[in-house]
Amino acid sequence: MNTLKDIIITTLKEDAVQDEHQYPAWVTTFIVPRSRFVEAARAMKKADARLVAEWATDETLMHTPSPLNPLPQGEGKFDEQSRGTGAKFIPSPLTGEGQGGGELRGFGIFACFAKASEYLIVKTNAPPDDPTFPTLTKKFPASFRFERQIQSLMGVNPTGHPDNRPWIKHEDWPKDAWPLRKAFDPSMYMERVTGEYKFIRAEGIGVFEIPVGPVHAGIIEPGHFRFQAVGEDILNLEKKLGYVHKGIEKRFEALSWEEGVRLAGRVSGDTTVAHSLAYCMAVEAITMPGCKPPERGLWLRALMLERERIANHIGDIGGICNDAAFAFLLYQLSRLREIVLRTNYKLFGHRLMMDKVAIGGVSVDITADGINEILSELNLISDEFERLASIYDENPSLEDRVRDAGVLAPDTAKELGVVGITARASGQPLDCRIQNPFPPYAVIVPRMTVLQAGDVHSRTWVRVEEVRESIIVIRNILTSLPSGEIKTGIKYPAPDTRGFAVVEGWRGEIVYWIQAGEKGEINRCMVRDPSSVNWLAVEQAIHGNIVPDFPLCNKSFNQSYSGHDL
Amino acid sequence: MLRILYQIFRTGIVTEPLPSETEAEIEIVGARLEKDILKQFQRSLTIRFVDAGSCNGCELEIHALSNPIYNCERFGIHFTASPRFADLLLVTGPVSKNMEIALRRTYNAMPNPKLVVAVGDCGNNGGIFGTSYASLGGVGNIIPVDAYVKGCPPNPADLLNGILKVVSM
Ligand code: SF4
Repeated sequence: MNTLKDIIITTLKEDAVQDEHQYPAWVTTFIVPRSRFVEAARAMKKADARLVAEWATDETLMHTPSPLNPLPQGEGKFDEQSRGTGAKFIPSPLTGEGQGGGELRGFGIFACFAKASEYLIVKTNAPPDDPTFPTLTKKFPASFRFERQIQSLMGVNPTGHPDNRPWIKHEDWPKDAWPLRKAFDPSMYMERVTGEYKFIRAEGIGVFEIPVGPVHAGIIEPGHFRFQAVGEDILNLEKKLGYVHKGIEKRFEALSWEEGVRLAGRVSGDTTVAHSLAYCMAVEAITMPGCKPPERGLWLRALMLERERIANHIGDIGGICNDAAFAFLLYQLSRLREIVLRTNYKLFGHRLMMDKVAIGGVSVDITADGINEILSELNLISDEFERLASIYDENPSLEDRVRDAGVLAPDTAKELGVVGITARASGQPLDCRIQNPFPPYAVIVPRMTVLQAGDVHSRTWVRVEEVRESIIVIRNILTSLPSGEIKTGIKYPAPDTRGFAVVEGWRGEIVYWIQAGEKGEINRCMVRDPSSVNWLAVEQAIHGNIVPDFPLCNKSFNQSYSGHDL
Repeated sequence: MLRILYQIFRTGIVTEPLPSETEAEIEIVGARLEKDILKQFQRSLTIRFVDAGSCNGCELEIHALSNPIYNCERFGIHFTASPRFADLLLVTGPVSKNMEIALRRTYNAMPNPKLVVAVGDCGNNGGIFGTSYASLGGVGNIIPVDAYVKGCPPNPADLLNGILKVVSM
């Protein structure tokens, strides 16, 4: 069988140069010329790979400029243009204070592809005086948003991209504010400018528009939705996100490696364990000579990961039923969720288990009593859950709402490259716990549930099966939990290295790509929450549905805003 | 249907009295509170919630207020979709640049007198996100705040306590 790596080598031959500083070994990076970037993507598409993420780096600081070797064009303009807008741009700490001299490399554009358990990164460089790269949108729809984001936040243009509206960056930001560039000072205040975001419009007799948000009716995160509808039928849905953009990726660059764990744990509060875990694993990959968490630490990480999954799935199933006007299950299931959170608090000291995963292991151990407590809690939960699941399953009025609503067909799911529950409910067998396991998942292999219908019911039912499975996994973890240390001493990442990790959070695959700078600091941290790709699916799945069904469909996806907006 | 009824009877009422530390304060606040809610809020306190940029952790705990265990409705507290009906604005998160206007608008849409409670370490001072080009820090930087509930995220009992306290101020 041809691996993606083989394919790149045979397609691009000597034009594909391997990056030696990328860890761990199961993900390789190939640096290719800009002129062959699309060709590499085409080869990946042909090989049936999906696009995992696309991101950019500003590499000017990797080898810092000296006063003799000034900033590249793009950076210089920054200050000039901002004068007119009234923005207080300070052209960075770069210009002064004792920076060493060195070569300027411009920008790096990265596209990560995956097929089964293989991940492959293709990188190309854009010179500072020509910050552009050819778009991959025609091959991979998922790059549509990634590239708009690269344009908006890094100021590198995807040429040939069909949509040049900014993403995340709102219309009232100064045009030249590119926060991910090294020269951008994150502490400055951004003045507002006037601007307009042009939504796609449908026109015709009887077509009307419904704007919703950013403040929603319920207790949820903010985002804006535009529906074009005829009567109750939705013609088109367009989202505008970015409302909870807090500058997380930029913030990482100012933090120490340990502080980074806390920040990663707050990228999306409901996925705190999985995010901090993915961050720690990416960091551990580049701590030389290798920072290997002890077995017990790894097993406890999995324990928390599964507990997080149970709590969120239970909450979601209740929420979906509530949106189908079946409040009974919401109350019953939120009671179960509360039980799980209280056990978390008692045993780990935090209801959501924030800050419990640490670089090199975990920060809290569990006693024999704790083990028994979890086991008896699981017995209770699983009994109750089974009763509630059969009530869900045998309720015809509920069935009426959830079946055939919000359908994401398997081929659309594949085309979009969705992950997690969304993917598994639409026929895509993807689960990093199985495809890229860390101990104990190599020995305790969870059963994967894959359904084909892709409707609200399928997404709910995948959750039901996963709650059942997680209960089994936790029982197995607890009955053979290895003894010993829970954490190794911290080692710091080697300078100029890149680490990568994937973790199956409850929503799906979470990806971290971290670059250590030349002093071994965080130079760039790319975060890809499952929502970044799955949001595209919500827009597709809503076609042909009616407006009143939108909350139900949307809830069945339950994507994160914070994890997407970053 | 029988199954549902059976489950309801099995479960019974799970609503809890407030945790003792909260209870103690409620004792003190209690008498005045009842009078206040009776008088000022016509026996019910209506809350509009706005996420101004949170990580979603705080929302999870605010959600828990409505679960059958905390059951905040028993105190006459309920959430509304419209700021026009709201007595109190509950805000989470550091205020993101992109939410600043929406937050101000929601606040301005509320009738007087109005109360504002900022939730979490982020609502207090921006938390780990701090103040930056994208994050404007605590809620108090944007609109007047009457009370802060600290924690990351604060647990449901702290939230209830914070709300009850500000009402009786
Ligand atoms: S206080 Fe903590 S839980 Fe709440 S929004 Fe901030 S980081 Fe999230």
